[in-house]
Amino acid sequence: MRKAIKISILIGTAAAWLCAVGMSRAADPDEQKFDRIQRGHYLATVADCFACHTVPKVGKPFAGARPLETPFGVITTPNITPDPETGIGAWTDQQFDDAVRKGVLPNGKRLYPAMPFPAYTKMPREDVLAIRAYLATVEPVHQAVKTNTLPFPFNIREAMWVWDALYFTEGEYKPDNSKSAAWNRGAYLVQGPGHCTTCHTPKSFLGGDKNAENLRGSILQGWFAPDITGDSKQGLGDWSEADIRTYLKTGHNRISAATGLMAEEVVNATSHYRDSDLSAIATYLKSLPQRQDNPAAPQPESSLMTAGQAIYQDKCSACHGIDGAGVPMLFPSLVQSGLAHATDPSSAIRLVLRGGRSVATKQEPTAPGMPSFGWQLNNDEVAAVLTYIRNAWQKAAGPVSADAVGKTRDQLATRAD
Amino acid sequence: MPRKLPKKDVVIVGLGWTGSIMANELTDEGLDVIAIERGPWRDTPTEFPPNYAQDELRYRIRHELFLRPEQTTFTFRNKMNQTALPIREWGSFMPPNGVGGGGVHWNSETWRFQPSDFVLKTHLIERYGASFLPEDMTIQDWGVTYDDLEPHYDAFEYLCGTSGMAGNLRGKIQDGGNPFEGPRSRPYPNPPQKQPFSHALFGKAARDLGYKPFPQPSGNMSQAYTNPLGLHLGPCTYCGFCEWFGCGNYSKASPQTTVLPHLIRKSNFSLRDNSEVTHINVDRSGKRATGVTFVDTGGDEWEQPADLVILAAYTVFNVQLLLHSKIGTPYDPVANKGVIGRNFTHQTISSVNGFFDNKKFNFNPFISSGSIGMCIDEFNGDNFDHGPHGFVGGGYMGQVQTGGRPIQTTPVPPGTPKWGAAWKSAARDNYLSSVKPGSGVHGSFYSYRDVYLDLDPTYTDRFGRPLMRMTIDFHDNELKQNAFLTDKFAEIIQAMGAHTVEKQYRKGPYDATEYQTTHLNGGAIMGTDPTTSALNRYLQSWDVPNLFVTGATAFPQNAGYNPTGTVAALAFWAAAAIRSQYLKNPGPLVHA
Amino acid sequence: MLLLSTVQSRATLISGELPWTPNAGNPPAPVRPGPWHYFTSDEARAVEAFADRIIPPDPQTPGGKDSGCAVFIDRQLAGPYGRSEGHYNQPPFMNGTKQQGPQSAKGPAATYRDALAALDQYCQSKYQGKRFPDLSDQEKDDLLKALEDGKVKLEGVDGQSFFTHVIKDVQEGFFADPLYGGNVDMVGWKMIGYPGARYNYLDWLDRHNERYPLPPVSIMGRNDWNPKKS
Repeated sequence: MRKAIKISILIGTAAAWLCAVGMSRAADPDEQKFDRIQRGHYLATVADCFACHTVPKVGKPFAGARPLETPFGVITTPNITPDPETGIGAWTDQQFDDAVRKGVLPNGKRLYPAMPFPAYTKMPREDVLAIRAYLATVEPVHQAVKTNTLPFPFNIREAMWVWDALYFTEGEYKPDNSKSAAWNRGAYLVQGPGHCTTCHTPKSFLGGDKNAENLRGSILQGWFAPDITGDSKQGLGDWSEADIRTYLKTGHNRISAATGLMAEEVVNATSHYRDSDLSAIATYLKSLPQRQDNPAAPQPESSLMTAGQAIYQDKCSACHGIDGAGVPMLFPSLVQSGLAHATDPSSAIRLVLRGGRSVATKQEPTAPGMPSFGWQLNNDEVAAVLTYIRNAWQKAAGPVSADAVGKTRDQLATRAD
Repeated sequence: MPRKLPKKDVVIVGLGWTGSIMANELTDEGLDVIAIERGPWRDTPTEFPPNYAQDELRYRIRHELFLRPEQTTFTFRNKMNQTALPIREWGSFMPPNGVGGGGVHWNSETWRFQPSDFVLKTHLIERYGASFLPEDMTIQDWGVTYDDLEPHYDAFEYLCGTSGMAGNLRGKIQDGGNPFEGPRSRPYPNPPQKQPFSHALFGKAARDLGYKPFPQPSGNMSQAYTNPLGLHLGPCTYCGFCEWFGCGNYSKASPQTTVLPHLIRKSNFSLRDNSEVTHINVDRSGKRATGVTFVDTGGDEWEQPADLVILAAYTVFNVQLLLHSKIGTPYDPVANKGVIGRNFTHQTISSVNGFFDNKKFNFNPFISSGSIGMCIDEFNGDNFDHGPHGFVGGGYMGQVQTGGRPIQTTPVPPGTPKWGAAWKSAARDNYLSSVKPGSGVHGSFYSYRDVYLDLDPTYTDRFGRPLMRMTIDFHDNELKQNAFLTDKFAEIIQAMGAHTVEKQYRKGPYDATEYQTTHLNGGAIMGTDPTTSALNRYLQSWDVPNLFVTGATAFPQNAGYNPTGTVAALAFWAAAAIRSQYLKNPGPLVHA
Repeated sequence: MLLLSTVQSRATLISGELPWTPNAGNPPAPVRPGPWHYFTSDEARAVEAFADRIIPPDPQTPGGKDSGCAVFIDRQLAGPYGRSEGHYNQPPFMNGTKQQGPQSAKGPAATYRDALAALDQYCQSKYQGKRFPDLSDQEKDDLLKALEDGKVKLEGVDGQSFFTHVIKDVQEGFFADPLYGGNVDMVGWKMIGYPGARYNYLDWLDRHNERYPLPPVSIMGRNDWNPKKS
């Protein structure tokens, strides 16, 4: 770089830094107030900043450097500890708020929506600043992180201007006055800081939320995050509010168990939510209406069902029961499983092929595991047994094809998780 | 020179049943605990999932879950005047290896010993006179009573979700249970398992003969169960792949299903697997353990210092470590002095096969579980007058057939050739209509002066340390006991409607190639007298007060029951003593 | 945390959570049909002949040979079983009592090789050059009976103990899971009425004295698993 340009950048940076210091938080008198920090801690837990901004198991909290898998490549999370040089210690409140609720960085560049600002925009400024107050109290970690690790052309941040125009609607949550306070609280949590939509709402090919299909299920990192509306076939229709609360709090309920990415969410976030918030979320989710696109479910071919029944009897009934009802808190009920009946069977295929371990929490430490069947069942057999499970009992959910199994098997082959 | 690791409060050698119980109790006390296990980590969905656990060849015949003799074995002889030779492949017993220990592959038969078993010597002499006992029988009282252990039996049964029918509830005899058992403070946590056909039929036959049959107390769940640690177990599905195998669907009580998921979450607990402890280290005075030395998979030696050492390995490995570490005086059978190695015992097992008309009886023997069967206890312990019979001891008996795995369960009537067309058709015609109880007669094995453990003079292990030598044979007492019991058992099998009954008495000499349960006991027994016991009543070493030794190592003699219930109760009892007494005032808990 | 402590000892230090990885476990590797792995073709013929006398064919059930018992034994001998892997194979090797068990360095694979050679030698000298598989069924049975009773001695090997061993191996192959090469098509299981590698009998527990109706299944499955079967 030419010397002149270097010098001007240096001066520019120094000026910006001086301005930042000059406009620092010292002006806000409430910043160190204990209850603000407490509230911020709770909201940060709901927003689960920890999970994305910390390398699992070995990373320093909030110091970033966690690789996040997106459909466009791997992006790396920044350091949000108060370190002034490598973290956000030197940021103003406005800069923090702009990042979280607008997706804009202090240098004017835009954040990718891996940072769920389209959800966080629903939070009021005071909630965001409470989070900031909490984050200002965590241990500063001096760790520089190169965040833009996406491959070309996705690494061109300027393109986010277009994306934002297409998919980002700025604005706080507006309560629906025809609904109860609990419903509104639940809606706020789910759409805002809890950002459930980030994983559970289907995405367009550019990664924007398909708002018309809110919370109907979406694929990410090799998992299908299921429909969590009140739909009776693919969603939480069979779950009571108590079931939803128990699941979020402990990772298990009488029907299902959290595994994969949701296990992390339970451990880091939902298991710490207040009971009243869990009830609010349950109220909101159960209110979301039936899907219009449930398959009319023609009865699958009898050869698929017969073969599937034989495999189920021989290999699955030992845990999930001859009647598919499982054992509460131990083996999920396949009869009532939204995941098993989902239009997108990826998670079901993945569990059958690779096995899984359900989450262990303080209240539910058992963490039962499912063995891997990938070596034992070929694609036809996996398709048959899943077809049987989806159609044999109370709900009809259409067949699973051997091709779908084969595609998923190939995609999973190189995964390490 | 072993490299030293950071000190812990407690090091536990072996993470089987007693290691897990100890670890859980002592971490609850706030201590920093590390367990060191010779074998690998094992868990249900990975090591014994229900999609390939049903492999008789792999797990029962080639015994994949067990220790390899190449890693450690023993030498064996019947009598002191013989040369002991190595047990090159397992036969009469099969030592476990790996996290969970025997708790992974056990049947889960969960019995309590009788009150008289704990004061056996006093009791028998009182009833029959000292001269009734063989001169070289070395039975002893334990130093604890049934009443001492009752709350700890209860704790283990509730930890496991033991399925059973109480026979004696606070002194009141209950219909349908074992009328001979010691009083229990409350019922079993789960109702008894339902019995398949042949097992129920045995119960009926026994009842018709005037006995009081009861369902064998079982660590296979009769229904879904949540234990006091919040861990969930599922109902047993009668797969017939229980003992020798790990349970694939969380329905057998094991450390994996009842303790480890809770224990592993504690920040003051950690476990090293694939690490073999080779030495318990003591300081210069010889009276204080400083920790243990172990070898990792690369062959490197490490030292794990600790303030408290719990030796919780399988019986005979406990004794072996004590001998190698030179803790306690080795037993000399000639001089009748010393304690480490004395009172070594096994179990006196026999069975009776029954053959029935295959047009009238279809037993579906493959529908079974590990701890199934209707049993009778009329001939156990001192439940009957031994005066006319000239022996002491006894055992329970029952149609305890645990499965119909075909390699081992294609009995043919006596006299059938072992091969050829006649064998083939007999195997075909009798599989579904025969009973093969396995350990139908499960008798006591009392202790003798010339049945003991010591170090072999010739053979060594892969570290160059002497193998431990077993000198063991049956004495007349046990053979008489067994003949008597086997005859009684045969009567009941006959009464079921068998057209042919094949008695398989236990005969001497003790054969190290025939499987006879893995209930090895003794070698570092508990007692009240340091000249005839290695441990005091709290399983604390008389010689090294910060060393406790759990397991059936402590049994002065074996009773007519499976040992695990008592092994676990003793572990809870010792843990309670450590928590309430030892930690407040480390040092000998008993002054002899 | 699950830490693979390379700084510390070479063994896993486990704490914080139950270990898990995808595709974990140690599933069995099914035997693939094909050339013999251990036996020479002469040895294999002899073992097939043994198998067919120990389990002779009949109209209902194939004999030991067609059931794959020789294949089973071949694959077992070619593997750790054949080499007595895991046994204590340190010297000195001394003869002991029957109760002290086998005291030889020779594993099953070597034993088969030596014994089959000795049997071959015996047959050729006694039966005018004919080898064991070439004898008539009656001749074979007579010879085997004599071996069993200790009336015939083979050169350099204990024929009686060898035959006992072969009976055990053949019958094991006949009743083991078909994935090991024997019990082809589960013929052994079908013969006795054993339903195979199942795990849940709760719906049959109370049905005393009734014939269990489901066909046997191997760990690798059964025909009914195939949705495309005709």
